[in-house]
Amino acid sequence: MRANLLFAGLLAVLLPLSLLAGRVWIDPFGGGSGAANTALILMELRLPRAVLAVVVGAGLGAAGAAMQGYLRNPLADPGLFGIAPMAALGAVASFWLGMTWSLPVFALAGAGLAMALLALIAGRTSSGAGGGLALFTLAGLMIASLAGALTALAITMAPNAFALSQIVLWLNGALTDRSWDEVWIAAPLTLAGIGVLLVAARSLDALTLGEEAARSMGIDPRRLLFLLVVGVGLSVGAGVAVAGIIGFVGLIVPHLVRPLTNRMPSALIVPSALAGACLVLTADSAVRVLPLVTELRLGIALSLIGAPFFLWLLIRMRRGTL
Amino acid sequence: MTLCANSVMLERGEVQVLRDISAAMQPGEITAIVGPNGAGKSSLLMALTGLLTPGAGNVTLDGDDIADLPLRQRGRAIGYLPQGADIAWDVAVQSVVALGRMPHGDTLIAPVDAAIAALDLEVLRKRPISQLSGGERARVLLARVLAGQPRWILADEPLAALDLSHQLNLAGHLKTCAKGGAGVVIVLHDLALARNYADRVIVLDKGTLAADGPPEAALAEDIIERVWNIQARWVQSGADAVSAQENEGAPNNPGQHALITLGPV
Repeated sequence: MRANLLFAGLLAVLLPLSLLAGRVWIDPFGGGSGAANTALILMELRLPRAVLAVVVGAGLGAAGAAMQGYLRNPLADPGLFGIAPMAALGAVASFWLGMTWSLPVFALAGAGLAMALLALIAGRTSSGAGGGLALFTLAGLMIASLAGALTALAITMAPNAFALSQIVLWLNGALTDRSWDEVWIAAPLTLAGIGVLLVAARSLDALTLGEEAARSMGIDPRRLLFLLVVGVGLSVGAGVAVAGIIGFVGLIVPHLVRPLTNRMPSALIVPSALAGACLVLTADSAVRVLPLVTELRLGIALSLIGAPFFLWLLIRMRRGTL
Repeated sequence: MTLCANSVMLERGEVQVLRDISAAMQPGEITAIVGPNGAGKSSLLMALTGLLTPGAGNVTLDGDDIADLPLRQRGRAIGYLPQGADIAWDVAVQSVVALGRMPHGDTLIAPVDAAIAALDLEVLRKRPISQLSGGERARVLLARVLAGQPRWILADEPLAALDLSHQLNLAGHLKTCAKGGAGVVIVLHDLALARNYADRVIVLDKGTLAADGPPEAALAEDIIERVWNIQARWVQSGADAVSAQENEGAPNNPGQHALITLGPV
């Protein structure tokens, strides 16, 4: 509860601030001749971008929290299931085919394909006792590396230089020049995904005591896995469809949030969504303001923060203080 | 009100771990499952919990096949304590115990409080798991099971990795549960604990039922010799010890037994 209030409050402060920040700083108390222009910048450029940052960050944060709870591992990341790489592969296919207008559809189809594959594998692995979870995670990793290889293949065989540069840029993730259209695609899917994850939340708590204890308490492992695949698939897939690959948010955010909660997976999902929204919103505002010739890609910026944090996390874990 | 294994056969992979096991556990009793390593003790316990489905035969709870019971209903009737004390996150004691309400789908605090009180965890209630000793952790995990108010408590080596006083302490708690009407089934390695605390002992040997009955019969020296391939003698504590034990409210046995091993057969 404390964490929810904290991050909701933070978001309430960050959101208006991010609307003011950019190449053109907006004076909230200004008015006069530029007012119409200012309104246009706010409503058609900055607000949709900010809302999209909130949506993407929330999806990644919630999915990360759920994944760590499910795999009982603080190093788990929503990318582990291969959903984000498959969504990216779908998007890359749309560049390759020169059908960029339907990019989100292609990306969502990629995420959907990954989810279907995972569900198929889950149906075959989670029936027996033990081992199912490890096998399933490995299957997810295989899907991820297959998608990665196909993406690399698409890059090396790009039909022209324009498509190549588009693919590479897009893979790095960004929220530049996004409109309300992207918001309408991503927001409902992400919200639905977070909703599904919340349904699974209590079962994730039971997993704290191990797979067998959870099953003995009436948790159906197959149902839990399906909920997780659908929840992560929707919230991450929708994010990739509109913003490309944005790494590390799903990994880092639950760690920032965990000490502020009772550490149960169910207590982590909503505050992780809020904190993820804060992080992506802040990072996106920062890349907008940085005085560089071309805007730093959001995905790159977050990885630049994320990688050192991950190292620090590993060192802390070795010391056993996690 | 019984939990029955009926001609249970169980395979794990290619290996047949249980062969034609039939046994009926009674409520109000502690039933100990003992046997050498790999005898199938944990497998039998998991089959009784419904976590493993027999290849042939079945497990019934009050006459109903346990495989047909809804998962939640089964979880409310049978509290299962797996081997080991694995807790993924550094949560507080109270949060772990409250997980026991999961099969009921409620967040009633009274049974959680009662379980915490029964296992003397009041002072540790807010303490994170990482700051507990092994014995305290074992008590927390048993409290989690008790918070679900199950009619059956099935525990896989709950006393392993505990020092002597904590072993007796936890065994005493299980005895209290049985006196309160619950059926308690535990896998044990320590034959003396089984002899002193169990009302009934099931001896498994390579997946088959080697003995089933009151402790003095099921753990007779000749059976131990046959199943464990060791020579061993039971000795009984003297009259002084008996009165001391009675003051402590320990088991009704005429005296405590200890097993002296004399070497391989």
